[in-house]
Amino acid sequence: MVVDELTDAEIDRIFHALADRTRRDIVARTMRGDQSVSGLARGYDMSFAAVQKHVAVLTSAALVRKERRGREQLVRAVPQTLQRAGALLQRYEALWRDRAAAIEAILAEDGDLPHTPEGHR
Amino acid sequence: MTVVSSSTDPQALTMTFVAEFAAPPQRVWQVWADPRQLERWWGPPGWPATFTRHELAPGGQSRYHMTSPDGQKAPGWWRTVVTEPPIRLVIEDGFSGPDGEPDEQMPTMRLEVSFEPVAAGTRMTILTRFTDIGQLEKVAAMGMVEGMTQALGQIDAVLAE
Repeated sequence: MVVDELTDAEIDRIFHALADRTRRDIVARTMRGDQSVSGLARGYDMSFAAVQKHVAVLTSAALVRKERRGREQLVRAVPQTLQRAGALLQRYEALWRDRAAAIEAILAEDGDLPHTPEGHR
Repeated sequence: MTVVSSSTDPQALTMTFVAEFAAPPQRVWQVWADPRQLERWWGPPGWPATFTRHELAPGGQSRYHMTSPDGQKAPGWWRTVVTEPPIRLVIEDGFSGPDGEPDEQMPTMRLEVSFEPVAAGTRMTILTRFTDIGQLEKVAAMGMVEGMTQALGQIDAVLAE
């Protein structure tokens, strides 16, 4: 799964979906196992309709998908989507590795001066 | 420099980066406080930064731009929220419009930086909190342009160990 395959609109939907604490919690629960919408609704201090709305946002971002089993609506995680978000974060992490290396190079220019960290504390 | 740990939390949209430097916290603080030193490391490889304004004090504003290998300018800004030299620093970072002033339409990210004295010198921890993907995407795109430079830099770092 390559992150570059995501369109801007898809990425926007993923991050909009994950910007909400309840929706992040729903994603975490579905990662641990399939959940029914009614089961999810019991876990939150909000109406069934409100939870359904959160699930709809997650569905449009492809973070979960809904499946009907008998009379129940099952909510199932789509871990690949979360992996894509993770891949973007990893690129940012690589940026900080470069920054840390550049900071080290700047600090190394002090090298001629004997530095004693303890003495500065 | 040793990268102690680095972790991302895709659900919470945070990245935590921990590195140690062989210099005391006061010295590592300077690479953030002195704009001439800051602009030598803030931009991704191939995208040098130029800070035209830098006020590292609570409520202080910074203005900068990063210049791409083909000469394009990506302007950005900081708003300093907390300064406790040389212990803790909290800033908000965002992209600016063509006039160099903050673009209110663009999301911002929050950087919480701490400097801790350790036997090796200083442990610097950076917690980045993203509120939206826009910023991250833009930063990631810059990193990709010079992806090859990054890879070569990593090889150098390994050889230097």
